[in-house]
Amino acid sequence: MNRSPVVTRVHLIEARDVAKSFGRTPALRGVSVTVSPGEILAVMGPSGSGKSTLLHCLAGIFVPDLGEVWFDGQRLDTLGEAERTRLRRTAFGFVFQFGQLVPELTAADNVALPLLLNRVRRRVAYKTAGTWLDRLGIGDKGANRTGELSGGEAQRVAVARALALAPKVIFADEPTGSLDSLTGVKVMDLLTGLAREAGTTVVLVTHDAQVAAYAGRVVMVRDGLVSGDLGAAGEQVSVAKSAK
Amino acid sequence: MRHALLALLSGGPKYGMQLKEEYEGATGDAWPLNVGQVYTTLQRLERDGLVESNDAGEDERQRDYRITGRGQTELENWLTTPPGPGSPPRDELTTKVLVALRVPGVDVHDVIQAHRRQIVELMQQWTGFKQEEAELDLPFALMVEAELARLQAVVKWLDVADRHVRRAAKKPAQAPGPKLRRRVVVRS
Repeated sequence: MNRSPVVTRVHLIEARDVAKSFGRTPALRGVSVTVSPGEILAVMGPSGSGKSTLLHCLAGIFVPDLGEVWFDGQRLDTLGEAERTRLRRTAFGFVFQFGQLVPELTAADNVALPLLLNRVRRRVAYKTAGTWLDRLGIGDKGANRTGELSGGEAQRVAVARALALAPKVIFADEPTGSLDSLTGVKVMDLLTGLAREAGTTVVLVTHDAQVAAYAGRVVMVRDGLVSGDLGAAGEQVSVAKSAK
Repeated sequence: MRHALLALLSGGPKYGMQLKEEYEGATGDAWPLNVGQVYTTLQRLERDGLVESNDAGEDERQRDYRITGRGQTELENWLTTPPGPGSPPRDELTTKVLVALRVPGVDVHDVIQAHRRQIVELMQQWTGFKQEEAELDLPFALMVEAELARLQAVVKWLDVADRHVRRAAKKPAQAPGPKLRRRVVVRS
């Protein structure tokens, strides 16, 4: 049976009792988590807690040893490699800490590349790339090789590339990990602001509370298990501003 | 608050109520002020020769305050002087974690994690203000960033504290040694 009415109705992504080990080292020891459509979820935990492994399982990059992963009513962990690759190319966008851009290509090439791989016409792909680079505030950097850009600019190109595909989900693994604090905040403002605008679901992994605070919900992971789930942020900060 | 009132008076003479409103505006409305507090502080500033007022009889509301030359010097010195050396400030959260170490049956790790969760939730709410209001007024924007920076520092401390607690839990129990008396003073 490959369908779950619960999953299709309520959650865009669901992991059920997912376990994953690398050799004898367990990274996940039975994690269950759900992500609703349009939700921005942060998975937070210290180094080695299993949070990146969880993201890779949710995105169909890793296949769990035990448990199930569902995406949009479809069981992901039992799909073949080719089908998971197709999903990753069409429905998911990725923002990683390092190494996701081709340094020899220009910013516009990097953003257009996944669109071209998805058989979008060249002219349309480059027009879309230009639009997204503009929205990320780096429209003037389109012709620059990404290897020549600053860390913050390169990460904005990565965000533009992820959003340009109009994915259902963006998976971001320590998206600000290589940036200074101020640049990181700017990238998070743009990533979450534009994702909310587009209704894109975001799953982001971070050890940084300031980055996690951009999410509507925060799941804490420790020692391969979920150690806490903070619900949607309320409006209870007691400053006079909130009463205005 | 003394110096905040002096700062507001450096822009020109003002009434107590006006100072209350300007103080709240200047702190992004995050620190509401009792008008009684304002008048008490103004009286002390006047006693110390840092402000002066017109004679309005008994009606405090009609009294117009202005900064004196001494007040101006005091303000300029205060703005450029770093906070003085002293013991670390007594902070409620730090106290709770330190006290939890001595309460039998309390898991300090759980105490730390409970606070950590609450602080991350608070950070979500403050970050929400930034996202909801594209154009924050400057004082409130600074207040939001100050609070986020403070909360982030607390989370970092809790993470380090948790690591220490976990490490200590792995060590074999030791008999208590002689009590050390330390006075921590950070000198500038």
